[in-house]
Amino acid sequence: MDGIEARARLNKVIMYVILTIMAFIMIVPFAWMILTAVKTNQEAISVAPFYIFPQNGWHWENFAEVWRSYNFIVLYKNTLLMIFFRVVCAVLTATMAGYAFGRLNFPGKKIMFSLVLIQMMIPSQIFIIPQYLMVSSLNLLNTVAGLVFPGIVTAFGTYLLKTGYEGLPKDLEEAASIDGCNIGQRFLRILMPLTRSSMVSLGIFTALFAFKDLMWPMIVCTNAATTTLSAGLAKMQGQYGSDYPTMMASAVLAIIPMIVIYIIFQKQFVEGIATSGGKL
Amino acid sequence: MNKKEKHKMTAAEKREALWAWAFIAPTMLGLIILNFYPVINTVYQSFCKTGDFGKGNTFVGLANYATVLSASETWQSLLNTIKYAIIEVPFGVVIALVLAVFLNKKLIGTSVYRTIFFLPMVCAPAAVAMVWKWLYNQQFGLFNNLFHTNVAWISDPKIAWISIGVIGVWSVIGYNMVLFISGLQEIPGDYYEAASIDGATGIKQFFHITVPLLSPTTFFIVQTRLIGALTVFDLMFMVMDKTNIALQKTQSIVYLFYTYAFTNGNKGYGATLVMVLVVFIMVVTFIMQKAEGRFVYHN
Repeated sequence: MDGIEARARLNKVIMYVILTIMAFIMIVPFAWMILTAVKTNQEAISVAPFYIFPQNGWHWENFAEVWRSYNFIVLYKNTLLMIFFRVVCAVLTATMAGYAFGRLNFPGKKIMFSLVLIQMMIPSQIFIIPQYLMVSSLNLLNTVAGLVFPGIVTAFGTYLLKTGYEGLPKDLEEAASIDGCNIGQRFLRILMPLTRSSMVSLGIFTALFAFKDLMWPMIVCTNAATTTLSAGLAKMQGQYGSDYPTMMASAVLAIIPMIVIYIIFQKQFVEGIATSGGKL
Repeated sequence: MNKKEKHKMTAAEKREALWAWAFIAPTMLGLIILNFYPVINTVYQSFCKTGDFGKGNTFVGLANYATVLSASETWQSLLNTIKYAIIEVPFGVVIALVLAVFLNKKLIGTSVYRTIFFLPMVCAPAAVAMVWKWLYNQQFGLFNNLFHTNVAWISDPKIAWISIGVIGVWSVIGYNMVLFISGLQEIPGDYYEAASIDGATGIKQFFHITVPLLSPTTFFIVQTRLIGALTVFDLMFMVMDKTNIALQKTQSIVYLFYTYAFTNGNKGYGATLVMVLVVFIMVVTFIMQKAEGRFVYHN
Protein backbone atom coordinates (compact mmCIF):
# COMPACT_ATOMS: atom_id res chain seq x y z
CA MET A 1 0.00 0.00 0.00
CA ASP A 2 2.86 2.34 0.88
CA GLY A 3 4.39 1.87 -2.54
CA ILE A 4 1.14 2.77 -4.30
CA GLU A 5 0.70 5.89 -2.19
CA ALA A 6 4.25 7.01 -2.79
CA ARG A 7 3.76 6.49 -6.49
CA ALA A 8 0.50 8.47 -6.47
CA ARG A 9 2.30 11.29 -4.70
CA LEU A 10 5.17 11.19 -7.20
CA ASN A 11 2.64 11.29 -10.07
CA LYS A 12 1.06 14.35 -8.53
CA VAL A 13 4.41 16.11 -8.23
CA ILE A 14 5.23 15.31 -11.87
CA MET A 15 1.86 16.66 -12.99
CA TYR A 16 2.33 19.88 -11.04
CA VAL A 17 5.82 20.35 -12.45
CA ILE A 18 4.61 19.91 -16.05
CA LEU A 19 1.57 22.14 -15.48
CA THR A 20 3.71 24.85 -13.91
CA ILE A 21 6.30 24.78 -16.70
CA MET A 22 3.53 25.06 -19.29
CA ALA A 23 1.84 27.86 -17.36
CA PHE A 24 5.17 29.69 -17.26
CA ILE A 25 5.58 29.32 -21.04
CA MET A 26 2.06 30.62 -21.56
CA ILE A 27 2.73 33.63 -19.32
CA VAL A 28 6.11 34.69 -20.78
CA PRO A 29 4.75 36.57 -23.83
CA PHE A 30 2.24 38.46 -21.67
CA ALA A 31 4.89 39.32 -19.10
CA TRP A 32 7.29 40.47 -21.80
CA MET A 33 4.56 42.59 -23.33
CA ILE A 34 4.04 44.44 -20.07
CA LEU A 35 7.74 44.62 -19.12
CA THR A 36 8.58 46.16 -22.48
CA ALA A 37 5.64 48.54 -22.37
CA VAL A 38 6.90 50.18 -19.18
CA LYS A 39 10.50 50.60 -20.35
CA THR A 40 12.04 53.48 -22.20
CA ASN A 41 13.00 52.67 -25.77
CA GLN A 42 16.70 52.79 -24.84
CA GLU A 43 16.14 50.15 -22.18
CA ALA A 44 14.05 48.05 -24.54
CA ILE A 45 16.76 47.89 -27.20
CA SER A 46 19.73 47.64 -24.88
CA VAL A 47 21.59 44.35 -25.34
CA ALA A 48 24.79 44.82 -23.32
CA PRO A 49 23.64 44.81 -20.62
CA PHE A 50 20.28 43.21 -21.43
CA TYR A 51 17.48 44.30 -19.12
CA ILE A 52 14.60 42.08 -18.12
CA PHE A 53 13.11 44.70 -15.81
CA PRO A 54 13.04 48.45 -16.38
CA GLN A 55 15.98 50.15 -14.70
CA ASN A 56 14.76 53.68 -13.99
CA GLY A 57 11.30 53.05 -12.66
CA TRP A 58 8.27 51.55 -14.37
CA HIS A 59 6.97 54.02 -16.93
CA TRP A 60 3.24 53.40 -16.60
CA GLU A 61 2.71 56.78 -18.23
CA ASN A 62 3.65 55.08 -21.54
CA PHE A 63 0.12 53.69 -21.60
CA ALA A 64 -1.47 57.10 -21.18
CA GLU A 65 0.74 58.47 -23.92
CA VAL A 66 -0.14 55.69 -26.36
CA TRP A 67 -3.81 56.02 -25.42
CA ARG A 68 -3.73 59.70 -26.38
CA SER A 69 -1.49 59.69 -29.39
CA TYR A 70 -3.09 56.72 -31.19
CA ASN A 71 -6.67 57.64 -30.53
CA PHE A 72 -7.42 54.43 -28.70
CA ILE A 73 -10.80 55.68 -27.57
CA VAL A 74 -11.97 55.59 -31.19
CA LEU A 75 -10.62 52.07 -31.71
CA TYR A 76 -12.40 50.91 -28.55
CA LYS A 77 -15.62 52.55 -29.67
CA ASN A 78 -15.51 51.00 -33.15
CA THR A 79 -14.68 47.56 -31.80
CA LEU A 80 -17.39 47.77 -29.17
CA LEU A 81 -20.05 48.88 -31.66
CA MET A 82 -19.07 46.17 -34.13
CA ILE A 83 -19.24 43.50 -31.42
CA PHE A 84 -22.54 44.83 -30.07
CA PHE A 85 -24.35 44.84 -33.41
CA ARG A 86 -22.89 41.52 -34.51
CA VAL A 87 -23.96 39.83 -31.27
CA VAL A 88 -27.46 41.32 -31.40
CA CYS A 89 -27.96 40.40 -35.06
CA ALA A 90 -26.50 36.91 -34.72
CA VAL A 91 -28.44 35.97 -31.59
CA LEU A 92 -31.69 37.45 -32.90
CA THR A 93 -31.68 35.86 -36.36
CA ALA A 94 -30.22 32.54 -35.20
CA THR A 95 -32.65 32.15 -32.33
CA MET A 96 -35.62 32.68 -34.65
CA ALA A 97 -34.31 30.34 -37.34
CA GLY A 98 -33.12 27.84 -34.74
CA TYR A 99 -36.62 27.69 -33.26
CA ALA A 100 -38.23 27.12 -36.66
CA PHE A 101 -35.75 24.40 -37.62
CA GLY A 102 -35.82 22.79 -34.20
CA ARG A 103 -39.51 22.81 -33.34
CA LEU A 104 -41.74 23.54 -36.35
CA ASN A 105 -42.73 21.56 -39.42
CA PHE A 106 -42.90 23.29 -42.76
CA PRO A 107 -42.39 22.49 -46.44
CA GLY A 108 -38.83 23.10 -47.60
CA LYS A 109 -37.34 22.54 -44.15
CA LYS A 110 -34.84 19.92 -45.27
CA ILE A 111 -33.55 21.94 -48.22
CA MET A 112 -33.27 25.13 -46.19
CA PHE A 113 -31.41 23.42 -43.39
CA SER A 114 -29.05 21.73 -45.80
CA LEU A 115 -28.16 25.23 -47.07
CA VAL A 116 -27.25 26.14 -43.49
CA LEU A 117 -25.03 23.07 -43.20
CA ILE A 118 -23.40 23.72 -46.58
CA GLN A 119 -22.52 27.28 -45.56
CA MET A 120 -20.75 25.92 -42.48
CA MET A 121 -18.56 23.67 -44.62
CA ILE A 122 -17.41 26.32 -47.09
CA PRO A 123 -14.19 28.16 -46.20
CA SER A 124 -15.20 31.75 -45.47
CA GLN A 125 -12.42 33.20 -47.65
CA ILE A 126 -14.58 32.51 -50.70
CA PHE A 127 -17.13 35.11 -49.51
CA ILE A 128 -14.70 37.97 -48.92
CA ILE A 129 -14.14 39.55 -52.34
CA PRO A 130 -17.86 39.82 -53.25
CA GLN A 131 -18.73 40.93 -49.70
CA TYR A 132 -16.13 43.66 -50.00
CA LEU A 133 -17.52 44.73 -53.38
CA MET A 134 -21.04 44.87 -51.91
CA VAL A 135 -19.92 46.98 -48.95
CA SER A 136 -18.03 49.20 -51.33
CA SER A 137 -20.99 49.71 -53.69
CA LEU A 138 -23.29 50.40 -50.73
CA ASN A 139 -20.87 53.15 -49.69
CA LEU A 140 -20.29 51.45 -46.37
CA LEU A 141 -16.49 51.39 -46.43
CA ASN A 142 -15.05 52.88 -43.26
CA THR A 143 -18.32 52.59 -41.33
CA VAL A 144 -19.50 50.43 -38.43
CA ALA A 145 -22.20 49.02 -40.71
CA GLY A 146 -19.45 47.83 -43.03
CA LEU A 147 -17.71 46.11 -40.12
CA VAL A 148 -20.92 44.37 -39.06
CA PHE A 149 -22.01 43.42 -42.61
CA PRO A 150 -20.82 39.79 -42.98
CA GLY A 151 -22.01 38.95 -39.47
CA ILE A 152 -25.68 39.90 -39.79
CA VAL A 153 -26.72 36.27 -40.03
CA THR A 154 -24.96 33.13 -38.91
CA ALA A 155 -25.29 29.58 -40.19
CA PHE A 156 -23.22 28.26 -37.32
CA GLY A 157 -25.44 30.06 -34.79
CA THR A 158 -28.57 28.74 -36.46
CA TYR A 159 -27.20 25.22 -36.16
CA LEU A 160 -26.24 25.80 -32.53
CA LEU A 161 -29.66 27.19 -31.58
CA LYS A 162 -31.49 24.47 -33.51
CA THR A 163 -29.66 21.91 -31.39
CA GLY A 164 -30.63 23.89 -28.30
CA TYR A 165 -34.33 23.92 -29.23
CA GLU A 166 -34.34 20.24 -30.15
CA GLY A 167 -32.99 19.44 -26.71
CA LEU A 168 -36.06 20.88 -24.95
CA PRO A 169 -38.79 18.44 -23.79
CA LYS A 170 -41.45 17.64 -26.39
CA ASP A 171 -44.56 18.31 -24.27
CA LEU A 172 -43.76 21.99 -23.66
CA GLU A 173 -45.66 23.09 -26.73
CA GLU A 174 -48.67 20.87 -26.11
CA ALA A 175 -49.22 22.40 -22.70
CA ALA A 176 -48.85 25.87 -24.20
CA SER A 177 -51.24 25.28 -27.09
CA ILE A 178 -53.86 24.03 -24.64
CA ASP A 179 -53.45 27.35 -22.87
CA GLY A 180 -54.28 29.03 -26.17
CA CYS A 181 -50.86 30.44 -27.02
CA ASN A 182 -50.10 30.89 -30.71
CA ILE A 183 -46.74 29.89 -32.16
CA GLY A 184 -45.18 33.30 -31.65
CA GLN A 185 -46.26 33.46 -28.01
CA ARG A 186 -45.03 29.93 -27.38
CA PHE A 187 -41.67 30.91 -28.76
CA LEU A 188 -41.30 34.16 -26.84
CA ARG A 189 -42.76 33.17 -23.50
CA ILE A 190 -41.95 29.51 -23.07
CA LEU A 191 -39.25 28.13 -25.34
CA MET A 192 -36.87 31.03 -25.90
CA PRO A 193 -36.15 31.66 -22.21
CA LEU A 194 -35.14 28.00 -21.88
CA THR A 195 -32.40 28.30 -24.50
CA ARG A 196 -30.59 31.05 -22.65
CA SER A 197 -27.36 29.06 -22.32
CA SER A 198 -27.23 28.43 -26.08
CA MET A 199 -27.84 32.13 -26.70
CA VAL A 200 -25.06 33.08 -24.27
CA SER A 201 -22.70 30.59 -25.97
CA LEU A 202 -23.45 32.08 -29.36
CA GLY A 203 -23.08 35.62 -28.02
CA ILE A 204 -19.67 34.90 -26.52
CA PHE A 205 -18.52 33.07 -29.62
CA THR A 206 -19.67 35.91 -31.89
CA ALA A 207 -18.04 38.56 -29.71
CA LEU A 208 -14.72 36.71 -29.55
CA PHE A 209 -14.73 36.01 -33.26
CA ALA A 210 -15.44 39.65 -34.12
CA PHE A 211 -12.85 40.90 -31.63
CA LYS A 212 -10.12 38.64 -33.04
CA ASP A 213 -10.88 39.08 -36.71
CA LEU A 214 -8.16 40.90 -38.60
CA MET A 215 -8.69 40.56 -42.34
CA TRP A 216 -12.20 41.96 -42.67
CA PRO A 217 -11.63 45.21 -40.72
CA MET A 218 -8.32 45.70 -42.55
CA ILE A 219 -10.15 45.45 -45.87
CA VAL A 220 -13.23 47.56 -45.21
CA CYS A 221 -11.85 50.10 -42.74
CA THR A 222 -8.57 51.38 -44.05
CA ASN A 223 -8.91 54.66 -42.19
CA ALA A 224 -7.30 54.72 -38.71
CA ALA A 225 -10.33 56.56 -37.28
CA THR A 226 -12.87 53.96 -38.41
CA THR A 227 -11.11 50.68 -37.81
CA THR A 228 -11.02 48.15 -34.95
CA LEU A 229 -8.38 47.32 -32.35
CA SER A 230 -6.97 44.37 -34.31
CA ALA A 231 -6.64 46.21 -37.59
CA GLY A 232 -5.47 49.32 -35.75
CA LEU A 233 -2.56 47.35 -34.30
CA ALA A 234 -1.61 46.15 -37.77
CA LYS A 235 -1.58 49.74 -38.93
CA MET A 236 0.53 50.90 -36.00
CA GLN A 237 3.03 48.10 -36.50
CA GLY A 238 3.44 49.15 -40.09
CA GLN A 239 4.11 52.75 -39.11
CA TYR A 240 5.93 52.68 -35.76
CA GLY A 241 7.26 49.12 -35.67
CA SER A 242 10.63 49.96 -34.12
CA ASP A 243 9.33 51.89 -31.11
CA TYR A 244 8.97 48.74 -29.03
CA PRO A 245 7.56 50.14 -25.76
CA THR A 246 4.88 51.96 -27.76
CA MET A 247 4.03 48.83 -29.74
CA MET A 248 3.80 46.68 -26.62
CA ALA A 249 1.74 49.27 -24.75
CA SER A 250 -0.67 49.31 -27.71
CA ALA A 251 -0.86 45.52 -27.70
CA VAL A 252 -1.65 45.50 -23.98
CA LEU A 253 -4.34 48.15 -24.41
CA ALA A 254 -5.88 46.14 -27.25
CA ILE A 255 -6.19 42.88 -25.33
CA ILE A 256 -6.89 44.09 -21.79
CA PRO A 257 -10.69 44.65 -22.11
CA MET A 258 -11.34 41.12 -23.35
CA ILE A 259 -9.06 39.63 -20.70
CA VAL A 260 -10.93 41.47 -17.94
CA ILE A 261 -14.28 40.33 -19.35
CA TYR A 262 -12.95 36.78 -19.64
CA ILE A 263 -11.74 36.69 -16.05
CA ILE A 264 -15.11 37.97 -14.77
CA PHE A 265 -17.26 35.66 -16.92
CA GLN A 266 -14.83 32.77 -17.06
CA LYS A 267 -17.40 30.04 -16.49
CA GLN A 268 -19.59 31.27 -19.34
CA PHE A 269 -16.60 31.65 -21.66
CA VAL A 270 -15.28 28.17 -21.07
CA GLU A 271 -18.73 26.57 -21.24
CA GLY A 272 -19.64 28.63 -24.27
CA ILE A 273 -16.59 27.47 -26.19
CA ALA A 274 -16.88 23.89 -24.98
CA THR A 275 -20.55 23.55 -25.92
CA SER A 276 -20.50 25.50 -29.15
CA GLY A 277 -17.24 23.97 -30.34
CA GLY A 278 -17.12 26.62 -33.02
CA LYS A 279 -13.97 27.23 -34.98
CA LEU A 280 -12.34 30.38 -33.72
CA MET B 1 -42.70 14.36 -39.18
CA ASN B 2 -45.76 13.09 -41.03
CA LYS B 3 -44.73 12.79 -44.61
CA LYS B 4 -47.69 11.70 -46.71
CA GLU B 5 -47.69 11.99 -50.45
CA LYS B 6 -49.82 14.86 -51.77
CA HIS B 7 -50.85 15.66 -48.24
CA LYS B 8 -53.23 18.58 -48.07
CA MET B 9 -52.25 20.95 -45.30
CA THR B 10 -54.72 21.68 -42.57
CA ALA B 11 -55.27 25.25 -41.41
CA ALA B 12 -53.11 24.66 -38.35
CA GLU B 13 -50.29 23.23 -40.45
CA LYS B 14 -50.49 26.18 -42.81
CA ARG B 15 -50.26 28.57 -39.89
CA GLU B 16 -47.27 26.71 -38.56
CA ALA B 17 -45.55 26.81 -41.96
CA LEU B 18 -46.15 30.55 -42.26
CA TRP B 19 -44.66 31.21 -38.84
CA ALA B 20 -41.70 29.02 -39.67
CA TRP B 21 -41.05 30.74 -42.97
CA ALA B 22 -41.22 34.12 -41.27
CA PHE B 23 -38.74 32.94 -38.65
CA ILE B 24 -36.20 31.56 -41.07
CA ALA B 25 -36.61 34.37 -43.63
CA PRO B 26 -33.95 36.75 -42.22
CA THR B 27 -31.35 34.01 -41.91
CA MET B 28 -32.05 32.44 -45.29
CA LEU B 29 -32.10 35.80 -47.08
CA GLY B 30 -28.88 36.75 -45.34
CA LEU B 31 -27.19 33.49 -46.25
CA ILE B 32 -28.22 33.82 -49.87
CA ILE B 33 -27.05 37.43 -50.19
CA LEU B 34 -23.96 37.23 -47.98
CA ASN B 35 -22.76 33.72 -48.70
CA PHE B 36 -24.33 31.90 -51.63
CA TYR B 37 -24.31 34.76 -54.08
CA PRO B 38 -20.65 35.47 -53.17
CA VAL B 39 -19.70 31.86 -53.90
CA ILE B 40 -21.13 32.16 -57.42
CA ASN B 41 -19.61 35.60 -57.83
CA THR B 42 -16.17 34.40 -56.75
CA VAL B 43 -16.34 31.51 -59.20
CA TYR B 44 -17.30 33.98 -61.94
CA GLN B 45 -14.53 36.42 -61.01
CA SER B 46 -11.95 33.66 -61.13
CA PHE B 47 -12.58 33.62 -64.89
CA CYS B 48 -12.16 37.39 -65.17
CA LYS B 49 -9.37 39.87 -65.40
CA THR B 50 -9.91 42.78 -63.04
CA GLY B 51 -9.66 46.28 -64.43
CA ASP B 52 -8.57 49.31 -62.42
CA PHE B 53 -10.35 49.96 -59.09
CA GLY B 54 -11.85 46.48 -59.20
CA LYS B 55 -14.20 47.57 -61.97
CA GLY B 56 -14.61 46.44 -65.53
CA ASN B 57 -14.18 42.69 -65.42
CA THR B 58 -13.28 41.12 -68.74
CA PHE B 59 -13.87 37.45 -69.25
CA VAL B 60 -10.57 35.66 -69.80
CA GLY B 61 -11.62 32.04 -69.46
CA LEU B 62 -9.06 29.85 -67.80
CA ALA B 63 -6.21 32.35 -68.08
CA ASN B 64 -6.10 33.03 -64.31
CA TYR B 65 -6.09 29.33 -63.58
CA ALA B 66 -3.25 28.79 -66.02
CA THR B 67 -1.20 31.50 -64.32
CA VAL B 68 -2.08 30.44 -60.76
CA LEU B 69 -1.40 26.77 -61.36
CA SER B 70 1.87 27.38 -63.17
CA ALA B 71 3.17 29.89 -60.61
CA SER B 72 5.65 28.26 -58.26
CA GLU B 73 4.60 30.63 -55.45
CA THR B 74 1.11 29.06 -55.44
CA TRP B 75 2.51 25.59 -54.84
CA GLN B 76 5.08 26.95 -52.42
CA SER B 77 2.35 28.68 -50.40
CA LEU B 78 0.31 25.46 -50.30
CA LEU B 79 3.40 23.61 -49.09
CA ASN B 80 4.03 26.35 -46.49
CA THR B 81 0.44 26.03 -45.30
CA ILE B 82 0.76 22.26 -44.94
CA LYS B 83 4.04 22.68 -43.06
CA TYR B 84 2.37 25.13 -40.67
CA ALA B 85 -0.48 22.68 -40.10
CA ILE B 86 1.97 19.83 -39.49
CA ILE B 87 3.37 21.80 -36.55
CA GLU B 88 0.22 23.40 -35.20
CA VAL B 89 -2.23 20.52 -35.30
CA PRO B 90 -0.30 17.56 -33.80
CA PHE B 91 1.56 19.57 -31.16
CA GLY B 92 -1.46 21.67 -30.31
CA VAL B 93 -3.58 18.54 -29.89
CA VAL B 94 -1.13 16.35 -27.98
CA ILE B 95 -0.01 19.04 -25.51
CA ALA B 96 -3.63 20.07 -24.94
CA LEU B 97 -4.66 16.46 -24.34
CA VAL B 98 -1.94 15.93 -21.71
CA LEU B 99 -2.86 19.17 -19.94
CA ALA B 100 -6.57 18.30 -20.07
CA VAL B 101 -5.95 14.87 -18.52
CA PHE B 102 -3.93 16.49 -15.71
CA LEU B 103 -6.51 19.19 -15.08
CA ASN B 104 -9.27 16.59 -15.01
CA LYS B 105 -7.62 14.90 -12.00
CA LYS B 106 -9.17 17.32 -9.50
CA LEU B 107 -5.83 18.67 -8.33
CA ILE B 108 -5.72 21.83 -6.22
CA GLY B 109 -5.37 24.96 -8.31
CA THR B 110 -6.71 23.54 -11.56
CA SER B 111 -8.88 26.58 -12.18
CA VAL B 112 -5.84 28.88 -12.06
CA TYR B 113 -3.97 26.72 -14.57
CA ARG B 114 -7.03 26.50 -16.81
CA THR B 115 -7.44 30.28 -16.76
CA ILE B 116 -3.81 30.75 -17.78
CA PHE B 117 -3.84 28.17 -20.56
CA PHE B 118 -7.01 29.60 -22.04
CA LEU B 119 -5.75 33.20 -21.95
CA PRO B 120 -4.38 33.30 -25.54
CA MET B 121 -7.84 32.36 -26.84
CA VAL B 122 -9.33 35.67 -25.73
CA CYS B 123 -6.48 37.75 -27.17
CA ALA B 124 -6.48 39.32 -30.59
CA PRO B 125 -4.02 37.35 -32.76
CA ALA B 126 -2.71 40.68 -34.00
CA ALA B 127 -1.49 41.54 -30.48
CA VAL B 128 -0.19 38.03 -29.85
CA ALA B 129 1.77 38.06 -33.10
CA MET B 130 3.24 41.47 -32.28
CA VAL B 131 4.71 40.32 -28.99
CA TRP B 132 6.05 37.10 -30.50
CA LYS B 133 7.69 39.04 -33.27
CA TRP B 134 9.37 41.12 -30.59
CA LEU B 135 10.40 38.01 -28.62
CA TYR B 136 11.92 36.59 -31.82
CA ASN B 137 13.73 39.82 -32.71
CA GLN B 138 17.23 38.79 -33.73
CA GLN B 139 19.08 41.75 -32.23
CA PHE B 140 17.00 42.90 -29.24
CA GLY B 141 14.64 39.99 -28.64
CA LEU B 142 14.26 38.13 -25.36
CA PHE B 143 15.07 34.67 -26.76
CA ASN B 144 18.42 35.47 -28.34
CA ASN B 145 19.54 37.61 -25.41
CA LEU B 146 18.43 35.13 -22.77
CA PHE B 147 19.96 32.08 -24.43
CA HIS B 148 22.96 33.99 -25.85
CA THR B 149 22.14 32.84 -29.35
CA ASN B 150 21.98 34.74 -32.60
CA VAL B 151 19.21 32.92 -34.43
CA ALA B 152 17.22 34.65 -37.16
CA TRP B 153 13.99 33.10 -35.84
CA ILE B 154 11.66 34.61 -38.38
CA SER B 155 13.91 35.63 -41.26
CA ASP B 156 15.83 32.41 -41.80
CA PRO B 157 13.73 30.47 -44.34
CA LYS B 158 14.86 27.19 -42.82
CA ILE B 159 13.39 27.86 -39.38
CA ALA B 160 10.87 30.69 -39.82
CA TRP B 161 8.03 28.23 -40.55
CA ILE B 162 8.76 26.43 -37.27
CA SER B 163 8.84 29.72 -35.32
CA ILE B 164 5.44 30.65 -36.73
CA GLY B 165 4.12 27.17 -36.00
CA VAL B 166 5.20 27.61 -32.37
CA ILE B 167 3.08 30.77 -32.11
CA GLY B 168 0.17 28.80 -33.54
CA VAL B 169 0.60 26.00 -31.00
CA TRP B 170 0.86 28.47 -28.12
CA SER B 171 -2.34 30.16 -29.33
CA VAL B 172 -4.56 27.07 -29.67
CA ILE B 173 -3.53 24.90 -26.71
CA GLY B 174 -6.13 26.44 -24.41
CA TYR B 175 -8.96 26.06 -26.89
CA ASN B 176 -8.15 22.41 -27.60
CA MET B 177 -7.72 21.78 -23.89
CA VAL B 178 -11.16 23.14 -23.01
CA LEU B 179 -12.76 20.88 -25.62
CA PHE B 180 -10.78 17.89 -24.34
CA ILE B 181 -11.81 18.58 -20.74
CA SER B 182 -15.49 18.59 -21.67
CA GLY B 183 -14.94 15.36 -23.61
CA LEU B 184 -13.16 13.78 -20.65
CA GLN B 185 -16.00 14.63 -18.32
CA GLU B 186 -18.34 12.55 -20.44
CA ILE B 187 -16.33 9.37 -19.88
CA PRO B 188 -18.08 7.45 -17.07
CA GLY B 189 -15.92 7.16 -13.95
CA ASP B 190 -16.70 3.45 -13.46
CA TYR B 191 -14.51 2.56 -16.44
CA TYR B 192 -11.52 3.82 -14.49
CA GLU B 193 -12.67 2.19 -11.26
CA ALA B 194 -12.98 -1.17 -12.97
CA ALA B 195 -9.55 -0.70 -14.52
CA SER B 196 -8.01 0.19 -11.15
CA ILE B 197 -9.42 -2.98 -9.60
CA ASP B 198 -7.85 -4.93 -12.45
CA GLY B 199 -4.57 -3.23 -11.55
CA ALA B 200 -4.24 -0.95 -14.60
CA THR B 201 -2.01 2.03 -13.84
CA GLY B 202 -2.42 5.63 -14.93
CA ILE B 203 -0.57 5.33 -18.21
CA LYS B 204 -2.27 2.06 -19.11
CA GLN B 205 -5.66 3.62 -18.30
CA PHE B 206 -4.78 6.57 -20.49
CA PHE B 207 -4.06 4.43 -23.54
CA HIS B 208 -6.77 1.82 -23.03
CA ILE B 209 -9.66 3.92 -21.75
CA THR B 210 -9.07 7.64 -22.27
CA VAL B 211 -7.68 7.56 -25.81
CA PRO B 212 -10.33 5.29 -27.38
CA LEU B 213 -13.29 6.80 -25.51
CA LEU B 214 -12.11 10.32 -26.25
CA SER B 215 -11.56 9.63 -29.95
CA PRO B 216 -14.78 11.38 -31.16
CA THR B 217 -13.65 14.56 -29.35
CA THR B 218 -10.12 14.17 -30.67
CA PHE B 219 -11.37 13.71 -34.18
CA PHE B 220 -13.57 16.79 -33.93
CA ILE B 221 -10.67 18.89 -32.62
CA VAL B 222 -8.23 17.63 -35.26
CA GLN B 223 -10.72 18.35 -38.01
CA THR B 224 -11.57 21.86 -36.79
CA ARG B 225 -7.95 22.76 -36.13
CA LEU B 226 -6.80 21.36 -39.44
CA ILE B 227 -9.23 23.59 -41.34
CA GLY B 228 -8.20 26.50 -39.11
CA ALA B 229 -4.50 25.87 -39.72
CA LEU B 230 -4.95 25.53 -43.47
CA THR B 231 -6.58 28.96 -43.57
CA VAL B 232 -4.02 30.65 -41.27
CA PHE B 233 -3.56 34.34 -41.95
CA ASP B 234 -3.41 36.68 -38.95
CA LEU B 235 -0.19 35.38 -37.38
CA MET B 236 1.64 35.26 -40.69
CA PHE B 237 0.48 38.68 -41.74
CA MET B 238 1.56 40.31 -38.48
CA VAL B 239 4.86 38.48 -38.08
CA MET B 240 6.10 38.34 -41.66
CA ASP B 241 6.79 41.75 -43.18
CA LYS B 242 6.60 42.20 -46.92
CA THR B 243 10.38 42.70 -46.87
CA ASN B 244 11.13 39.56 -44.85
CA ILE B 245 13.44 37.35 -46.90
CA ALA B 246 11.78 34.22 -45.50
CA LEU B 247 8.33 35.35 -46.67
CA GLN B 248 8.33 33.19 -49.81
CA LYS B 249 9.08 30.11 -47.75
CA THR B 250 6.49 30.77 -45.05
CA GLN B 251 3.49 32.62 -46.45
CA SER B 252 0.24 30.69 -46.41
CA ILE B 253 -2.20 30.43 -49.30
CA VAL B 254 -4.60 32.87 -47.58
CA TYR B 255 -1.77 35.37 -47.13
CA LEU B 256 -1.03 35.07 -50.85
CA PHE B 257 -4.73 35.55 -51.59
CA TYR B 258 -4.87 38.67 -49.42
CA THR B 259 -1.80 40.12 -51.13
CA TYR B 260 -3.22 39.66 -54.63
CA ALA B 261 -6.85 40.50 -53.94
CA PHE B 262 -6.44 43.44 -51.58
CA THR B 263 -2.88 44.74 -51.50
CA ASN B 264 -2.51 44.55 -55.28
CA GLY B 265 -6.23 44.92 -56.01
CA ASN B 266 -6.27 42.05 -58.49
CA LYS B 267 -9.63 40.52 -57.53
CA GLY B 268 -9.80 38.08 -60.43
CA TYR B 269 -6.45 36.52 -59.59
CA GLY B 270 -7.35 36.55 -55.89
CA ALA B 271 -10.63 34.78 -56.65
CA THR B 272 -8.71 32.09 -58.52
CA LEU B 273 -6.42 31.59 -55.53
CA VAL B 274 -9.51 31.22 -53.32
CA MET B 275 -10.81 28.53 -55.66
CA VAL B 276 -7.54 26.65 -55.27
CA LEU B 277 -7.86 27.00 -51.50
CA VAL B 278 -11.47 25.76 -51.54
CA VAL B 279 -10.63 22.70 -53.63
CA PHE B 280 -7.71 22.00 -51.32
CA ILE B 281 -9.90 22.25 -48.19
CA MET B 282 -12.62 20.11 -49.80
CA VAL B 283 -10.09 17.38 -50.57
CA VAL B 284 -8.77 17.49 -46.99
CA THR B 285 -12.31 17.40 -45.57
CA PHE B 286 -13.16 14.45 -47.79
CA ILE B 287 -10.09 12.53 -46.66
CA MET B 288 -10.93 13.33 -43.03
CA GLN B 289 -14.46 11.99 -43.46
CA LYS B 290 -13.08 8.79 -44.96
CA ALA B 291 -10.63 8.50 -42.10
CA GLU B 292 -13.24 9.00 -39.39
CA GLY B 293 -14.44 5.39 -39.32
CA ARG B 294 -10.91 4.14 -38.97
CA PHE B 295 -9.77 6.34 -36.09
CA VAL B 296 -12.91 7.00 -34.10
CA TYR B 297 -13.98 4.40 -31.59
CA HIS B 298 -17.74 3.99 -31.25
CA ASN B 299 -19.07 1.88 -28.43
